[in-house]
Amino acid sequence: MLKFDHVSKRYADAGDALLDVSFHLKAGEMAFLTGHSGAGKSTLLKLIAMMELSTRGNILLDGQNLNKITEKQIPFIRRKLGLIFQDNKLLQDRTIFDNVALPLVVSGYSYQEIGRRVRASLDKVGLLGKEKKYPLALSGGEQQRVGIARAVINKPRLILADEPTGNLDPELSAEVMHLFEQFQKVGVTVLIASHDVDLLSQMGHRILTLDHGQLKAS
Amino acid sequence: MKHNSRQIKNKDNNGFSEQLKAYLLLHAHALFSSLGRMVRNSFTSIMTIIVMAIAISLASGFYLLVVNMQQLTGELEATNQISLFLKTNVSDNAGEKLAEEIRKNNAIDKVVLITKEQALTEFKQYSGFGDVLDILENNPLPTVIQVLPSNTLNDMQGIENLMKQFNQLEKVDFAQLDMKWVQRLQSMMDIMQKAVFVLTILLGFAVVVITGNTIRLELQNRQDEVLVAKLVGATHAFIQRPFLYTGFWLGFISGLVAWVLVSFILLILQSPIEKLSILYDASFDLSYFSFVEVLSLLILSSILSVVGAWVVLHYQLQKIKPK
Repeated sequence: MLKFDHVSKRYADAGDALLDVSFHLKAGEMAFLTGHSGAGKSTLLKLIAMMELSTRGNILLDGQNLNKITEKQIPFIRRKLGLIFQDNKLLQDRTIFDNVALPLVVSGYSYQEIGRRVRASLDKVGLLGKEKKYPLALSGGEQQRVGIARAVINKPRLILADEPTGNLDPELSAEVMHLFEQFQKVGVTVLIASHDVDLLSQMGHRILTLDHGQLKAS
Repeated sequence: MKHNSRQIKNKDNNGFSEQLKAYLLLHAHALFSSLGRMVRNSFTSIMTIIVMAIAISLASGFYLLVVNMQQLTGELEATNQISLFLKTNVSDNAGEKLAEEIRKNNAIDKVVLITKEQALTEFKQYSGFGDVLDILENNPLPTVIQVLPSNTLNDMQGIENLMKQFNQLEKVDFAQLDMKWVQRLQSMMDIMQKAVFVLTILLGFAVVVITGNTIRLELQNRQDEVLVAKLVGATHAFIQRPFLYTGFWLGFISGLVAWVLVSFILLILQSPIEKLSILYDASFDLSYFSFVEVLSLLILSSILSVVGAWVVLHYQLQKIKPK
């Protein structure tokens, strides 16, 4: 599903962020990406989401080499992904419905289909009935779940989450992680960047550890 | 859009008509949501529209001015008639004799004598200075012989020769080619027409720039939205669509306001112009915009505005990248 082949990323001003990183994530696998802050976790996720381009090496996503993707094809790569952010990146001036519907709207789905899938997606994260509310009316944990509902509505093959529990207390964090496990159970590949080592070790999934841009043997 | 439709086809849901419906709905949504957004930010929208409407009404107002003046000068017959103003001491009788002599010339088609008396009556009637002339003891007007050469207008050389002959005649004070001032007027009209053309281009450019700047600010205000849309896989076409529609509305509404503005100014001018044309014993109908002209105005201002929006989006959207 996702293959890193000797990937390096060097920033002109900050030096090497990733150095010779290779790993293979199989379809339906769930893995955690961990390491100290500045170890390159976010950079690695950004390379997959095509927010950055690698300096060296190849990244294969679903058989497609991301180095060979043109600017115009980027949106179609992103539609295969479900992205989740620490700050959830919800639009505050839009309702929960509109926020969750956005990936379908940009892909040109019909209104009936959008309505049906938004409700199904909100149901999955336990927020059915909150469609008409605005993000600020929800708690932090609920907002993060709205972000997850938006990420999975497009039925992505791969979910990428960058510190999804960073702003949540341990109880809510565990709840969110279990939500990801449920998606993994239905065949979605999940890659979660987190430094919450205690929580990760409890869950018993594969852990990729980055140290100063290099992947430590796991 | 090619990608978009392919994307939809991959999905298991709907047939072609459903896709088309969704696509049209997307456009309709962008059309009306952009209008709704403008209404919500009415202050900014109104300011922009006023500035653009002034620019557009300047251009279209000058255009109408030229159209009206062309209509006015078009009524003037372009003849190559020559007027011979005789010396004031030459009597009407002597003038009649001269007219007879000129009539014999083969190159002359028609000769009309206007006596001092006739000239005075005519002048009193049309000039509006009748009362002033009554104060004068003597008739100050000369006898005039109007000569229409038989050769064509194009033969400037022949007319020039004729003029030279007439000017040498002893009784003639000076000969004037009437066409001269029509030509002068027409060349002045040409200059005005070109000036209006240049002005229109400049003001059209202003419309492009004003919209561009408005859209740039709008894009800045909605940067978060654009970023999130990019992250969930929105194409440039999708992101720029509502902004292009905003550009369209700005241009269209500004054009509409400009039309109303110019028509209103003409309405104010209508009655003084009518009075003036009555004074000149002329009937002159003020031209307003025709239906086709209004349509062209609206289409042109909309297109210019969309172009302004498009240029800015083309350069600015690429700069907004999720970090």
